[in-house]
Amino acid sequence: MQLKGKKVIIIGERDGVQGPAIEACMRSAGAEPVIVQTQCFV
Amino acid sequence: MNYSSNQVKPVLKGVSYFLAHVPSMIRHGSKPSREIVKDSSLLPSILSHLETFDQAVAYPPNQVFIGNLDPDDLLRIPSPWYKNPIPNSSRWGSFGEIMPEEEFYGMMKICDEFQLLLLEEGFLQEIALKLKGHPLFTSEDIQKLDKGVSLEQIEKGLSEEGTMPIYIQGDRLVGCLQRARGGGAEEDPNLVPDILLENLTTRASGVMALRHLIAKTGEAQEIDYLLGCGEEAVGDRYNRGGGNMAKAIGESCGCTRATGSDVKAFCCAPVHAIVMAASLIASNIFNNVVLVAGGSFAKLGMKFQGHLRHDMPILEDVLAAIAIWVSPDDGKSPVIRLDSIGKHEISSGSAQQAILDKLVIQPLDRLGLKLTQIDKYATEMHNPELTEPQGSGNVPRINYRTIGSFAVMRNEIQREDLDHFVEVHGMPGFSPTQGHIASAVPVLGHSARKMMAGEMENTMFLAKGSLFLGRVTQLSDGISFLLERNKGRV
Repeated sequence: MQLKGKKVIIIGERDGVQGPAIEACMRSAGAEPVIVQTQCFV
Repeated sequence: MNYSSNQVKPVLKGVSYFLAHVPSMIRHGSKPSREIVKDSSLLPSILSHLETFDQAVAYPPNQVFIGNLDPDDLLRIPSPWYKNPIPNSSRWGSFGEIMPEEEFYGMMKICDEFQLLLLEEGFLQEIALKLKGHPLFTSEDIQKLDKGVSLEQIEKGLSEEGTMPIYIQGDRLVGCLQRARGGGAEEDPNLVPDILLENLTTRASGVMALRHLIAKTGEAQEIDYLLGCGEEAVGDRYNRGGGNMAKAIGESCGCTRATGSDVKAFCCAPVHAIVMAASLIASNIFNNVVLVAGGSFAKLGMKFQGHLRHDMPILEDVLAAIAIWVSPDDGKSPVIRLDSIGKHEISSGSAQQAILDKLVIQPLDRLGLKLTQIDKYATEMHNPELTEPQGSGNVPRINYRTIGSFAVMRNEIQREDLDHFVEVHGMPGFSPTQGHIASAVPVLGHSARKMMAGEMENTMFLAKGSLFLGRVTQLSDGISFLLERNKGRV
């Protein structure tokens, strides 16, 4: 998937991969995060 | 750690665990109450999926929580555990107790200093009789129950907006919790009945945990300092979250010489508080520091939709509380190693790898230990039977596999040995989904018992906190420490 230039909504998980970590990956791939959240399932 | 002559080695002198089985309060939990407002037909479904007290007592993870079973015993009990109850199980455990809701309401009334909780007179007489036979209730407690009110008065109270009904057996009305009055309380969003009920249940469950701890560990008057570490936020409109739940709990336990304060750090507050308690002991400021945390009322029935979808009982029906006693070295109790503290720093980042590097790897490197030299890791101990039906996964296993993957990367184990690492150094989740209570600390009692028996050398406790839930910061949090068998005074 080509992420460059895409707007992305990020929902991370506390015990998995958290939002800011996904955001860093997305930015490095050239995407533009518009919402970054981390959820806690417990 | 090399303790200098004026430093004291802190030890875990005792720990207690308490469960209040309150199925009739599930409807007031945050998630159920929000969903019932949207769809009132949910309530009959909830009421038809409640566990009886006997079922809650016989539920294997609850028996582990109060110390009658070891966590690893769950490996040998077929799942689903709720279909495999423990025969002849007892409400009394070596670490504490499971209490039925009727008796727990009695403790709530005893803690109700502002007469906000009205209970029906006949019901109060019934529970007064029961509590007279409970070893941790005094005649002064029974007097505080008072005479109660008529059912008509309760129904009249419920006609006022916001008053919370109190039920037993699912839907038998026995009381209500009223709005606070006077001093501007009528206009105060922080003194509404649902918040007051949360605070009252937190205090009552904390009192029971602390009374159990004192009964088996020491005298109440010995306690110098109390550290609250629950998730409630006591206060009015000018000081939401002001606290001090620690002192309120201590007041009901005869801790006349203690002062205290609350530590706030979401789910990892208890482990932060252990580090603080151990530091107060090591620095010779106090001799006896006790941590206490009541249950999380809001989390009752948090995953109820998944439980209903699978036609299983709503198992998030308990308020869980803990109390932990930290004191100077007695030559036998497990040692809290202050040179082992791992901390998630502001700059650490939020990736699991970064968090576990700070909480596990760096402390072990500092101590010159391998991952495989730690007998057990105590991480997020949530019972998977509560979380998996709602799609939230097996949280302890995820954490154990991540720790094990570090052992693979460091060439301490082979990749194919990962499952074995998880089995040997981990354990099944057994804690109610009560946030701060589930985060590492349920294992303290089990590890301490094995260390005292010479069956275990050490356990690493690591807890994580979701600071981002408060919408103030995107940061995570976490803290860890090593508990070690006491090798006696040198």
